[in-house]
Amino acid sequence: MPNMTPNKIKMPEQDPKVRARNFEEVALGYTKAMAMEEAGRCLNCKHKPCVEGCPVNVRIPEFISEIARGNFKEAYEVITSTNNLPAVCGRVCPQESQCEGKCVRGLKGEPVAIGRLERFAADFVMENEQTKIKKPELNGHKVAVVGSGPAGLTCAADLAKIGYDVTVFEAFHVAGGVLMYGIPEFRLPKAIVQKEIQSLKDLGVKFMTNMVIGKVLSVDELIEEMGFEAVFIGSGAGLPNFMGIEGENLVGVYSANEFLTRINLMKAYLDDYDTPVRNAKAVAVVGGGNVAMDAARSALRLGAEKVYIIYRRSLEELPARREEVHHAMEEGVEFLLLQNPVKIMGDENGRVKAIECVKMELGEPDESGRRKPVEIKGSNFEIEVDTVIMAIGTSPNPLIRSTTKGLEVNRRGCLVVNEDMLTSREGIYAGGDAVTGAATVILAMGAGKKAAKAIDEYITSK
Amino acid sequence: MIYGYLLIDLFFEEEPMYKIVRKQILNPSVVLMEISAPYIAKKAKAGQFIIFRIDEKGERVPLTIADYDRENGTVTIIYQIVGKSTMQLSELNEGDTILDFAGPLGVPTHFDEGVKKAAVIGGGVGCAIAYPQAKALHEKGVSVDVIAGFRNKDIVILEDEFKAVSDRLVITTDDGSYGKKGFVTDALKELIDSGTKYDVVVAIGPVPMMKFVSELTRKYGVKTIVSLNPIMIDGTGMCGGCRVTVGGQVKYACVDGPDFDGHLVDFDELSRRNSTYADKEKQEKEHYCRLTEVIKNA
Ligand SMILES: Cc1cc2nc3c(=O)[nH]c(=O)nc-3n(C[C@H](O)[C@H](O)[C@H](O)COP(=O)(O)OP(=O)(O)OC[C@H]3O[C@@H](n4cnc5c(N)ncnc54)[C@H](O)[C@@H]3O)c2cc1C
Ligand SMILES: Cc1cc2nc3c(=O)[nH]c(=O)nc-3n(C[C@H](O)[C@H](O)[C@H](O)COP(=O)(O)OP(=O)(O)OC[C@H]3O[C@@H](n4cnc5c(N)ncnc54)[C@H](O)[C@@H]3O)c2cc1C
Ligand code: SF4
Ligand code: SF4
Ligand code: FES
Repeated sequence: MPNMTPNKIKMPEQDPKVRARNFEEVALGYTKAMAMEEAGRCLNCKHKPCVEGCPVNVRIPEFISEIARGNFKEAYEVITSTNNLPAVCGRVCPQESQCEGKCVRGLKGEPVAIGRLERFAADFVMENEQTKIKKPELNGHKVAVVGSGPAGLTCAADLAKIGYDVTVFEAFHVAGGVLMYGIPEFRLPKAIVQKEIQSLKDLGVKFMTNMVIGKVLSVDELIEEMGFEAVFIGSGAGLPNFMGIEGENLVGVYSANEFLTRINLMKAYLDDYDTPVRNAKAVAVVGGGNVAMDAARSALRLGAEKVYIIYRRSLEELPARREEVHHAMEEGVEFLLLQNPVKIMGDENGRVKAIECVKMELGEPDESGRRKPVEIKGSNFEIEVDTVIMAIGTSPNPLIRSTTKGLEVNRRGCLVVNEDMLTSREGIYAGGDAVTGAATVILAMGAGKKAAKAIDEYITSK
Repeated sequence: MIYGYLLIDLFFEEEPMYKIVRKQILNPSVVLMEISAPYIAKKAKAGQFIIFRIDEKGERVPLTIADYDRENGTVTIIYQIVGKSTMQLSELNEGDTILDFAGPLGVPTHFDEGVKKAAVIGGGVGCAIAYPQAKALHEKGVSVDVIAGFRNKDIVILEDEFKAVSDRLVITTDDGSYGKKGFVTDALKELIDSGTKYDVVVAIGPVPMMKFVSELTRKYGVKTIVSLNPIMIDGTGMCGGCRVTVGGQVKYACVDGPDFDGHLVDFDELSRRNSTYADKEKQEKEHYCRLTEVIKNA
């Protein structure tokens, strides 16, 4: 008999007042008992709508019934047969619009906490089981992966498992992509990402960091001179957009990428690391996605007294994961909705002192179906801040497309691929944010998986 | 090509490490190092730079590629000891290794085909960045005049190197203790006024120096290239921290530069942005100095 309580088992969390000042993980994870009880809420539906909601089709009811029976390792194995990074996805997937969004329990009450259960199974195995990885026998074929974000890591893992000799080339000094430099420690502990990368190394995948492809080696050289038979490009969408308003080059205006990189990758919040970040008192973060939430909550944790999110649409349209919006509010981030910056003001030394905004109202729906925000004339006002963080989106870096001949891109600079993730060049595949523009971890992983399959077919049929 | 396979296999015996194969102290605050980095050496061109990180906790610091040896697989850097990272680097010796060394970054310097006569101007450690440009021009058959400015005689660097790649070398010192007394702008004005016609001027050094040279050459209508040094992190266009305003447009120095048309650069904005962390850096340096002092005296 399923457990018919309408609500998810609550996730134990750090107290908002305490956690708003530290970088430790906010959500503490289910205990065994909690996980088994929550798993009991799943109805084991025959038509499995939840599975369709998951971009990599994790066999959700199957893994949940294993958890309900206390078979945590088996649950983990069910998940990892389609998802290489469950500890990451359980934490960062926008479940409300994917798996949990389709769960029938959500019709009356809350859906089954699929994400939390996935995280539980992954954490349990990581802590309690010594998963020994067998290095597969090499098949004699070499594949290069450019970029070590979720797309690249997934593609590398899938190919390595079937015997390919895979080398990952990463521009930064550590592998992991946005999982390392973007998403903060309090939401995704870096040790988890590093464990996943270690398991790839155990599989035999080689990592070459500090290698900016397009500069030190071109994609063509990887193929022609280094003997790679195929290349997967998972270089992400790392180029930050700015608004183009007055004052954006004042001292104290950051892109979210710069702010978060200083904190996450360069550990500016720890005393014994050398990279500095400004001590901000009042911070305005412009944007409403996960990136904006992460920047705002990081600013709080660095000691800011006031942190504002400025977003031009309303609460309903906020694209961030719902849980993160909720967490940000609990921690004291102030949401200035239906408002948009028009200008940033500086003092005589060129340092930010205020931001001028205008109020907005929602008009007719635009192409995306969302109601378009329009300015209310004359409603301008100023907020005193000393730091402004722009989190209004990113686009793919032109470095690879401008140094590889014959790579087709669309108008937004994204690589164009067919249904097999093949670009306009033979042997060159691509996926993740480099193809879709800024999207999600799980979509990037799905793309890496698809590409691995296509690369294997391409090489074996040659 | 076999070469590629060999290198990659060698690299992968252990974690890649970048070894210091030569260290030379050019003056009390300027050090030259030759670093083993075969991939970068193979691709490097004048005007490009690397980013190094000493250890796990270090900052990512950009330095220009002063020279390279494709055969031996080494890259030369010349740096001034200004803060904690350069101080730590200067304490390493031949045989030691650096954790991270990424490059070659930035766009190589581009000179128009028609250039016959050039003036290359370096200020202080900026001479290290100007040297590869003078050398590249010289190797292209361009007639090069070099003006190298220093505060005083004790800190003159690269004199022989410049001599070898220039038709005329003018050294200036602020106090007149060596070469001509005065600033590089005075020397340039003198050369132009005495009838030398330059097709291009390359000016590299402190921001005010580049600004004043650009103001001078604007009057004479001589095209001027400057090499900008904003604060950087990734060096690949990903953080936007290095943005500069050139001709009213925002550019990322790490991917669009570091070279720009000096007549279009907003130097005042660059100076302000470079001072973002001035207080913190001073603290770090003092803290580090005190620490090493204690260790040395222990
Ligand atoms: C702050 C932030 C928070 C986010 N939060 C969430 C979330 O909660 N949930 C969610 O699902 N998604 C989230 N996202 C989005 C998600 O992280 C991305 O969609 C995903 O990481 C894309 O994966 P990728 O592999 O395509 O690229 P990336 O993760 O961007 O990795 C690309 C890698 O390629 C490297 N690279 C780039 N160019 C080169 C080159 N020329 N040579 C070598 N290497 C190169 C980069 O350094 C990087 O390491 C967030 C993103 C950010 C920035
Ligand atoms: C593309 C590029 C090429 C460069 N090439 C060289 C080179 O060949 N040789 C060399 O000596 N230096 C070069 N620089 C400057 C060098 O990167 C800085 O001096 C370096 O950041 C010092 O690091 P630090 O930790 O020792 O000092 P920090 O503690 O970072 O800084 C100490 C002092 O230097 C100032 N400063 C910090 N960053 C910069 C910067 N980017 N430019 C100017 N001043 C800065 C600070 O305000 C402070 O006063 C280059 C910079 C760029 C962007
Ligand atoms: S991978 Fe993401 S979408 Fe799929 S089941 Fe897990 S949490 Fe849900
Ligand atoms: S839709 Fe919900 S209740 Fe049904 S199988 Fe999926 S998780 Fe279980
Ligand atoms: S250094 Fe980050 S964009 Fe240039």
